Amino acid sequence: MDKYLWLIPALPLGGFLILALAGRQLSRPMVAIVGAGSICLSALVTFAVGSAFLAGMPANPVYTQTLWTWFEVGGFSAKITLTLDVLSLVFVFVITFIGALIHIYSTAFMEEDRDYARFFASMNLFVFSMLVLVLADNLLLMYLGWEGVGLCSYLLIGFWYEQSANGNAARKAFTVTRIGDAAMAIGLFMVFQQAGTLVISDIGANASAIWQVNGTIVTVTALLLLAGGLGKSAQLPLQTWLPDAMAGPSPVSALIHAATMVTAGVYLVARMHAIFALSETARLVIAVIGAATLLLAGLTALTQYDIKRVLAYSTISQIGYMFLALGVGAWTAAIFHFMIHAFFKALLFLAAGAIIESLHHEHNMFKMGGLKDKMPVVFWTFLAGAVSLAAVPLVSAGFYSKDQILWYSWSANGGGPLLWAVALSGALITAAYTTRMMILTFWGDSYTPVGHLPGKRMTMPLVVLAVFSIFAGFIELPHNFGHLTLFSDLLHPVLPETIMRDNVPSEWLFQLLAALATLGGIFLGYHYYYQQPARVESLRHNALLASLHRFWFSGWGFDALYDKMLVKPFIFISKINKSDITDKLYTGIAAATDEMYKLLARTQSGSLRWYIMGLVVGAILILGIQIML
Amino acid sequence: MKTAVSVEVVVLLAGLLFALGIVGVIIRKNIIFMLLSVEIMLNASGLAFVAAGSRWGQPDGQVMFVFILAMAAAEVSIGLALILQIYHQHKSLDIDNLKEMNG
Repeated sequence: MDKYLWLIPALPLGGFLILALAGRQLSRPMVAIVGAGSICLSALVTFAVGSAFLAGMPANPVYTQTLWTWFEVGGFSAKITLTLDVLSLVFVFVITFIGALIHIYSTAFMEEDRDYARFFASMNLFVFSMLVLVLADNLLLMYLGWEGVGLCSYLLIGFWYEQSANGNAARKAFTVTRIGDAAMAIGLFMVFQQAGTLVISDIGANASAIWQVNGTIVTVTALLLLAGGLGKSAQLPLQTWLPDAMAGPSPVSALIHAATMVTAGVYLVARMHAIFALSETARLVIAVIGAATLLLAGLTALTQYDIKRVLAYSTISQIGYMFLALGVGAWTAAIFHFMIHAFFKALLFLAAGAIIESLHHEHNMFKMGGLKDKMPVVFWTFLAGAVSLAAVPLVSAGFYSKDQILWYSWSANGGGPLLWAVALSGALITAAYTTRMMILTFWGDSYTPVGHLPGKRMTMPLVVLAVFSIFAGFIELPHNFGHLTLFSDLLHPVLPETIMRDNVPSEWLFQLLAALATLGGIFLGYHYYYQQPARVESLRHNALLASLHRFWFSGWGFDALYDKMLVKPFIFISKINKSDITDKLYTGIAAATDEMYKLLARTQSGSLRWYIMGLVVGAILILGIQIML
Repeated sequence: MKTAVSVEVVVLLAGLLFALGIVGVIIRKNIIFMLLSVEIMLNASGLAFVAAGSRWGQPDGQVMFVFILAMAAAEVSIGLALILQIYHQHKSLDIDNLKEMNG
């Protein structure tokens, strides 16, 4: 079965080619069948290949398939080689399975759209690029996929390009991630210079021989690779693009900006863990950035009005958790949270998309309200996703994944009380903004009339994802109860075990505190937005709180800061250079030639005696020079 | 035959004639006089050739003079023809009236 691995990325590529070349000629049902069918088939192949791979698991932990040689230069040959191990299998599973559900949802969601075929062509190309990214056996091929997903993200954010705001959002996303990508490219050059190869397994096997532990070079290399991950995963300081990326259609937000592409940074760090394991500084940087991001984005989510922006900031915050886990050395916990997050965040985005469409493109949560009884399916599925996001103890998948990260952020080797405290307050904030979002959307008075309700093709993916958001957590239970480690055992052939500190307090205590933080957050949201909505109003009259609210609402002023620091100077320089300073030299030469021609043309007077004078004077001069010398 | 004048004097005379010719070409307005001055310059150079040939005892100087004579004859015939044409078109021989070829 393994030999069909190439089909997994090839099917979406085929779908893209058909839709891109013949999309205009195909009827709408045909476009839907090709667009969604290719991903569904790819998901089926993934199940077949994955189960065959897992069956032969302990004996063959890695399956490699070389398709052809991309190019050969000198001693370096880049091959198109796919590698399947458990880490990439988890990602491929999430991409194809959630991707298939989102494509099915999109067939209904985008039905009215003029560019039906263009949408599915871009989506299929995205899935193909993402699969190349996670299946690549060398960093060069991975970079191809990495840039491919960036391109598709750009195309899909600006999908409704008639509004210039959408185009600007797309450009912003592309430019900001490009900063990280440039750093990552330099990182790849450094890896190649030191290791002499870009094949990931070779680098991983020889890392300790190539680099010395905690050396400067390995730290710089790791940080450059990390910068690429920070750009793609919208972490500090490159997080500003993701909230604006919500300009794209909701399925795009669900697939690209929640479930898959934004976690590419997590994949990169996990995949290159051999390099990061050698640099304590780099791991500390990852943990600190993750902790700072999760807190900052969580507080911002607390103040937003637009339901999709709440979810966007929540995504940034949850990826912050994953980075925190990677930083403290809890590799499997990060991947586990990635998978669970993909389920519930894709669900939340799809449900939000269904709500927004039913309410005639109303994004503002304060204008929704009272949808609990009007859209029951969306309500219950959204509730499942929200419960998982808030990490409600015991009953939600999010609890099991987040609790693990909270526990490791104290007890793992790279963790500490400060990181844990930040993560815990992040959990409280998460629960609070999730409750706020739920109450504003589904309870209270209805402000906007509900249009048509979502059909079966939209609700079916919601229900499937809701089931996973609740039950997927049970494959990994905490050590002190259940002690089920299916998922981490699965990943351990690829990712190292988490090294624990000595003398850590009991895990029960941490779980109790995490549960209390979640319940406390839910209570806060419930109290302020359900029981006593007037108190929110009274808080708003406090000048300090109001300015804090404005500050958080603007995403901690990052956009304004970058505008002052980078955009304004750039515009200023380009304004100076409007008439092209570089061209001045060439236009100057042309102008001087022209002037001299005019000057000499005046000596062409037509007077014969002047010409003779010129001749004589010239002859005398030449003779004089001859005699003098 | 013993020469009474030294070659330096002859070359000096040639230089003087040449200078006279140049001055004539520059300052005269009448095209015919300018042509005459050019002839004087040609003869000055011819004289210098002859003097140099007699000084070194070589026949080349006189050979060159014969060439110059032939060339001068051609030049004068073409020059006079041009002058005739100029006079036909402009009814004047004043060189300053012929400035139509200015750049």
